[in-house]
Amino acid sequence: MSDLDQLKQTLLDEIAGASDEAAIEAVRVAALGKKGSVSELLKTLGAMSAEERQTRGAAINALKTLVTEAIAERKAALREAAIAARLAAETVDVSLPVRASPAERGRIHPISQIVDEITAIFADMGFSIAEGPDIETDYYNFTALNFPEGHPAREMHDTFFLPPDEAGERKVLRTHTSPVQVRTMEAQKPPIRIIIPGKTYRQDSDATHSPMFHQVEGLVVDTRANVANMRWVLEEFCKAFFEVESVTMRFRPSFFPFTEPSFEVDIQCDRSSGPIVRFGEGTDWMEILGCGMVHPNVLRAGGLDPDVYQGFAWGMGLDRIAMLKYGMPDLRDFFNADVRWLSHYGFRPLDMPTLFGGLSA
Amino acid sequence: MKFTLSWLKDHLDTDATLEEICARLTAIGLEVEDVDDKAAYRPFVIARVVSAEQHPNADKLKVLMVDTGKGDPVQVVCGAPNARAGLVGAFVSPGTFVPGIGVTLAVGTIRGVESRGMMCSEKELEISDNHDGIIDLPADAPVGTSFAAYAGLDDPVIEINLTPNRPDCTSIYGIARDLAASGLGTLKAPKAPAFAVEGDTPVKVTLDLGGDDHLCPGFALRLVRGVRNGPSPKWMQQRLLAIGLRPINALVDITNYMTFDQGRPLHVFDAAKVKGDLVVRRAAEGETVLALDGREYTLTPANVVIADDSGVESIGGIMGGEHSGCDETTTDVLIESALWDPMNVARTGRAHGIITDARYRFERGVDPEYMVPGLERATELVLELCGGTPAALDVVGYKGHAPKVVDFPFSEVKRLTGLDVSAEESTDILTRLGFSVSGSGERVSVAVPSWRPDVDGKADLVEEVMRIHGVDNIRPAPLESHGAVNGRILTTLQIRTRLARRALAARGMLEAVTWSFIPKAHAELFGGGAPSLALSNPIAADMSDMRPSLLPGLLSAAQRNADKGYGDVALFEVSGTYESDRPEGQRRVAGGVRRGTAALAGAGRLWSNAAKGGGRPVDVYDAKADALAVLEACGLPMGNVQIEPGGPAWYHPGRSGTIRMGPKVVLGTFGEFHPKALAALDVSGALAGFEIYLDAMPEPKKKATRTKPALDLSPFQAVRRDFAFVVDKTVEAGAIVRAATGADRKLITAVNVFDVFEGASLGEGKKSVAIEVVIQPTDKTLTDEDFEALTARIVGNVVKTTGGTLRA
Repeated sequence: MSDLDQLKQTLLDEIAGASDEAAIEAVRVAALGKKGSVSELLKTLGAMSAEERQTRGAAINALKTLVTEAIAERKAALREAAIAARLAAETVDVSLPVRASPAERGRIHPISQIVDEITAIFADMGFSIAEGPDIETDYYNFTALNFPEGHPAREMHDTFFLPPDEAGERKVLRTHTSPVQVRTMEAQKPPIRIIIPGKTYRQDSDATHSPMFHQVEGLVVDTRANVANMRWVLEEFCKAFFEVESVTMRFRPSFFPFTEPSFEVDIQCDRSSGPIVRFGEGTDWMEILGCGMVHPNVLRAGGLDPDVYQGFAWGMGLDRIAMLKYGMPDLRDFFNADVRWLSHYGFRPLDMPTLFGGLSA
Repeated sequence: MKFTLSWLKDHLDTDATLEEICARLTAIGLEVEDVDDKAAYRPFVIARVVSAEQHPNADKLKVLMVDTGKGDPVQVVCGAPNARAGLVGAFVSPGTFVPGIGVTLAVGTIRGVESRGMMCSEKELEISDNHDGIIDLPADAPVGTSFAAYAGLDDPVIEINLTPNRPDCTSIYGIARDLAASGLGTLKAPKAPAFAVEGDTPVKVTLDLGGDDHLCPGFALRLVRGVRNGPSPKWMQQRLLAIGLRPINALVDITNYMTFDQGRPLHVFDAAKVKGDLVVRRAAEGETVLALDGREYTLTPANVVIADDSGVESIGGIMGGEHSGCDETTTDVLIESALWDPMNVARTGRAHGIITDARYRFERGVDPEYMVPGLERATELVLELCGGTPAALDVVGYKGHAPKVVDFPFSEVKRLTGLDVSAEESTDILTRLGFSVSGSGERVSVAVPSWRPDVDGKADLVEEVMRIHGVDNIRPAPLESHGAVNGRILTTLQIRTRLARRALAARGMLEAVTWSFIPKAHAELFGGGAPSLALSNPIAADMSDMRPSLLPGLLSAAQRNADKGYGDVALFEVSGTYESDRPEGQRRVAGGVRRGTAALAGAGRLWSNAAKGGGRPVDVYDAKADALAVLEACGLPMGNVQIEPGGPAWYHPGRSGTIRMGPKVVLGTFGEFHPKALAALDVSGALAGFEIYLDAMPEPKKKATRTKPALDLSPFQAVRRDFAFVVDKTVEAGAIVRAATGADRKLITAVNVFDVFEGASLGEGKKSVAIEVVIQPTDKTLTDEDFEALTARIVGNVVKTTGGTLRA
């Protein structure tokens, strides 16, 4: 075996034996570095005869190429192995749980969500939102709404009273959102199109009555709005709110002091499957709201001439329509702040009701 | 208001079915609440006992063979003592629900003998409580036909939910009039009473109301001598029973019958028990009366009574007295038909908690023109049922009824409802309802009948025409559109309210809605409890005062959840608090509470934070982050927001802050809570909370353009430098940040506190605050000299303003 063959074998053995990148680098320096065994051989080329260069010279160059490639190959293999080893070492248990995002845990109360749904619908019909105080005067809560002093209808309201002031007047917790009708008429000239969501209070408590509850009121006043328009608005609303193709509604003549004519409105539904009520189908009727043409005395209280201006108003229980749409069985749970109830019946903060995205899609 | 179908048909001639009548009642505003069509009685048939043999295995039982009028006789085992061959009674076959015992009958084997049906007692059919034997009908009762029809038990009962404006429909006659007006049959005209009177009513009536004659606008009285009072006839008893009234005796039953038949409450006095004359007067203070319900009422001068020489005999328009009531011994009866002030009746009834059929009618308004006719009709019934001789009636105080007249343009119907109803049809409808229309052309005068006190103006007449013409004829018509695309409709406060909710929910908090009224002690603890905000009639003692803050309700709610095993809760509410009883005293507040380990990242222990010993208890900084998140969501310029140490008394004084904007505006507060406040609320655990006053935020500045300012991006690399300062413990980190920022407002774009450390090595009362300063060159790369100069200014500023030193 020639010296070159000997060297080649030695180097290839060393390359194969290098176990990491540092070792292979040492082999490279020992062979191909300035003073490397192969480099030293290459230096002898200059002193060779042309003939010698053709044979031995070619062999030395071939050795260099062979060793260079072998080193590169070994280096690449070692790098791969190193990466594989690192990755193996870094492996973790991805089945370990992570935290849900706060936005996934947080909840909007059904009442707030319903108000947003209603707002989306009525905004599309050109309504704005009006608000008023929870603590009202007797005037706005009753007198301006055509409740005569001592009238039985007044008694039916189970009013909460605050103590009389120096003038003997007692403020009340509003028993309905209707006081805002007169407050709005006083503040704003027609055309008026408002909805009034808010807290209301009556001294009553059972599964469907709570001393504090929520109503949404609507008011349209201009020089033309009539019962036919009211039917349209309410039917459009119910279709949009309950997200059904069509609804059948029944307007029954009824009585409220602040509207004339007055109606109670039933919606056709299917109550055959227990607590779940389906609208747009079935043969049952469920009362859903009260409405009517604004009473001339109420228009007058708002500073409007009832022979010039006319309009309609309606009111319904927000909690109640929330229960109908989303199936909560007991009104009292709305105000208990039980986190299990809030998590179950509440809405995720990014579920914004819009008409373009579907109210509850 | 309840009535039976046959009773209605006394007044209404109609071929309409029960279903049609009910549908029409609802359609014209007399909402049918319930209909009992008596279908439960239908399976019961009249049957004859063909034979009755002794039961082979039981002494007290018999084995009957019963002819039910259909097929072979049926074998029935019966224990009734009166069971015998030839008896005609009520039979029911297996598979039928028997109402009086609440059981569905099955084929039975009783002591070895099969029984294929039952002969019923009155109790089993809910006719009476009699269970001593089976029903024993006259021998000619038609076998095989409906027992209920034979016994008059098949009369459907209709209950309507009457609105308070319709006193006229507190009478079956009035309901018939409404139905007839709607075209569902013909109203039968009442017969004029025909009887002869003999002599005068000897008992005189005076009204002694001190000028308040409106309290009793009329009083009619008649004596009928020589009556025989006993049970009323079966037809009357059945009708009264059907609508839930207990038959008493004929005279009393007549008053109840008239109350429902004609909406005319009456009272009958046993003339023998009336001492002297009658006077209608205010009660004396403390005067008492034992009323017909067996309870004694202590009256006041606010109550109007009918009295005789021995005292109060009746509370006017509400309830008679026990003393002069009629019973089987009554021979001379005084019949009273009077008018009472609706409001006074309502107040008196409410004050004493008396609910009667009379009060129900008087507080809605009884037809004044029927006072006398009602007495005549009642007299007629007394004569029919009890005999006797009527005296002439006596009327006191009645001044007659002047009808209201409404000026009515027919176009009003179209204007308010959109319905096209001709003048002729409108006139017809009103006339059928008893209105009288006079004049011609487009505007007419409409006189309102005496039984419709609810009708005042044009709109009321529109309702009459509309409901009788038919509400279903009104086709929905779109509301005129104001424009193609609607603009913004929410106010800034409404928008901020919504943003606050979504922002807090997005921070993992659950939105609660808690009571606006809280216990007085809680209200006082949180700066409220003013007498003007305490309810006079709270529904419960712990729901007494309008809340001054959302925090007590949220803290209590957090505790309730903790008590159920859910201690790590993050709750918020965006709602009203009440500083005064005036509209401007109602604030709009976003408040929140975190309890236990319910921090932003999540509550409870998780493997990833195990190194820190599991979930960290919430603290003041969690609350501060929530509070600031609300401000950020609402678009407040955060650079103008200042944080001051300390907050209201319910917070931990050293772990709370107040958020201000300028010297005047308090935007909110945050912190951990004062242990005394928590103890007073009876809550415990790690708790931190905040309140942001949404209504205190200034309106955003109106922008001239929606275009955002041009963005000037520096091409030079931003550089970060760290500094640590040793300062007194009392020095606020905020002061260090401000001083560092002030070193060069152009180059320094951010200063972050990244470490705060206290330790013995720093010396007593000292702490180290480490900051990272972000330097963004804008026009050139900074040289080493530039950096040295800037660093010197930063250190100099901080040292000068805080008295600290650069940490070596």
